[in-house]
Amino acid sequence: MFLQQFVNALALGSVYALFALGFTLIFGVLEVITLAHGAVFMIGAFAGLTVVTKFNVSPITAILVGMMVSGMLGWLIDLVAVRPLRKRKFHHLAPMIATIGCATIIINVAQGIFGAEVYRFPFDFMPAMSYNFWAIQLTLLQIIIVGVALSLMMMIIFLLNRTKWGKAVRAVAESPRTAALLGIPVERVFQITAFAASALGGAAGVLTGINFNAIHAFMGGPIMHRGIAVIILGGMGDIRGAVLGGLILGFAEIMSVAYLSSDFRDAISFGLLFVILLIRPAGIFGSNLERKG
Amino acid sequence: MLQLENIVKDFGGLRVLDSLSLQVGEGLIFGLIGPNGAGKTTLFNIISGLSRPTAGRVIFNGTDITHFAPPSIAARGMGRTFQNIRIFKELSLMENLLAGMHRLYTYSPVAMLLNLPIQHREEKAMREKAMEILELFHLAGKAQRQAESLSYGEQRKLELARALATSPKLLLVDEPAAGMNPAETEELMGEIVQINNRGYTICLIEHDMKFVMGVCRQVAVLNFGELIALGTPEQVKCNPQVIEAYLGKDVCKL
Repeated sequence: MFLQQFVNALALGSVYALFALGFTLIFGVLEVITLAHGAVFMIGAFAGLTVVTKFNVSPITAILVGMMVSGMLGWLIDLVAVRPLRKRKFHHLAPMIATIGCATIIINVAQGIFGAEVYRFPFDFMPAMSYNFWAIQLTLLQIIIVGVALSLMMMIIFLLNRTKWGKAVRAVAESPRTAALLGIPVERVFQITAFAASALGGAAGVLTGINFNAIHAFMGGPIMHRGIAVIILGGMGDIRGAVLGGLILGFAEIMSVAYLSSDFRDAISFGLLFVILLIRPAGIFGSNLERKG
Repeated sequence: MLQLENIVKDFGGLRVLDSLSLQVGEGLIFGLIGPNGAGKTTLFNIISGLSRPTAGRVIFNGTDITHFAPPSIAARGMGRTFQNIRIFKELSLMENLLAGMHRLYTYSPVAMLLNLPIQHREEKAMREKAMEILELFHLAGKAQRQAESLSYGEQRKLELARALATSPKLLLVDEPAAGMNPAETEELMGEIVQINNRGYTICLIEHDMKFVMGVCRQVAVLNFGELIALGTPEQVKCNPQVIEAYLGKDVCKL
C-alpha cells in the first residue's frame, strides 16, 4: 500500500517539479515571477490534445508538440510584455503585472476557441497496460509521466552544467551586466530561457492533461498556486530546490489523501510547506533574501 | 591598437577628463597612474563602453568604437577587470572561465540538444584551454571550487584569468594588486609579464609603484583629467610635475 502510494506521489510530484523548474528558471534568470506560467501550461495541454484528436499521434509526440507550442508562447510573452519593460529598466513588479495581463488574454482566447467545457483524451489514447513489480502496480501512464518528467529535468540540469548556453544562462542569472561585458549575448540568453522554461511548463501541461484526463481553459490556476509555493519552498531561483520542492508537495498531497482525509489535502500539504518555511525562511536551498543596503 | 583622441568627459559641471589624447601600442604593458579622482577609471569606462565621452573619439584597431555598446566592444576583443571584483561567485573557477569563453564556442544549439560528438570535443578543448589559463595564475588546483571560496587576492586573479579567457586583443586591468599582500603582488607581477609575453597587450591602472615600475614599458600620468607625463617608467618617475602631483620624491630614487 505504501509503495503504491509512493509511486502515485512520484507521478504527481514530478509533474509539479517540472512546472516549478520552468517557473524558477525564469525567476532566476529574468528576475520575473511570471504569472502567465499557468496559462502557458494550459496551452501546452490543449496543443497536445489537439494533435492527438486531429492526427492521432503518440503520447510522446503530443508532449513534444505541447513543449514547442508552449515554448513559443513563452518566448512571445517575453518579447511582447517583459522585454519592453526590461529595456526601460523596470524590474520585478511591473513585468509581473504584465504577465498577469498575458495570462488573462491567453485564458480568454483559449475559452473563446475551446469554450468552457472539459476536454478528454480519446479513450484508446493511452493503453491501459500495467506492470507488476513486487507489490506495486505501475501503469504505463505513470511510467510515461515519471520517465518524461525526470528525463526532462535531468536534461535541463545537464544543459545548464555542461554546455556553453547553460553556463551563459547561469552567468546571466548571477549578473547580466558582467555577462554582457564578457561578450555573452544577454538578450538571447533571456529569450532562450523564456522558451526553455515555458516548454517545460507545456510538458507539465500535457502530462497533467493525460494524468487527470481533464483539460480546460482554467486548469492552470491551481498549479500556479502550487508552483509559487514550491519555488518559495525550494528557494527562489534554485533548480534543485524546485525539483525537491515539487516532489515534497506531491508526496504531501498523496499521503494526506491516502492516510488522513481528502477533505484536508490542501490544508495539510500547504500547512507542511508553512512549517518548513518557519524553519528555513529562505527555502530549502535558498540563500539569504535579506534586503541589501 | 588603441587610440584616444581629445577625450572630454563632464559629470554635470565637473570636467573629469579634459581633451585627453593617448595611444597604446600593440604588445605593450601600459600603465595609467595618477592620484585618486584623476579620471583613470572613468577613462577605462569610456574605453570599454560603459560610459560615453562628452567629446572625442575612441579608436580600437582602426574602428571608431566611441558609441558602441559594451558587449560589442567586448566582442571586438577588449577584456577588462574591475576595481570591485565582479566574478560569478556561485560558479566554479572553471565555469567562470568557460562563461568568459562563450563567444569562442562554435557548436550550434542543435548539436547541444542532440548531444552530438562535436559538442563534447569542443567542451573538452575549451576546458583544456581554461585549465591552461588557470595554471598560469596558479589556480589550477582549485578549478572545481566555487569562486566564492577563494581569498580576496585569488578572486582578483580569477577575474583576470576570466578576462584573459575571452581571448582579448587588449586587456584593461583596473587595480589588479589592490588588497593583495606583498607575496601575492610579486606573484601577480610575474603573471602579468607572462601574459604579455604570450602576445596580449595590457593596459593597467595601479597605485603600487613597485608594481607599475616593475612591469610597465610605458606609463601615462593623469592629474585632474589631464595628461601630465608620458614615457618610460624611468622618464616619468623623476618628472617634477609628477613628483609634485602624485609620487613624491622617494619614488624617483627607487
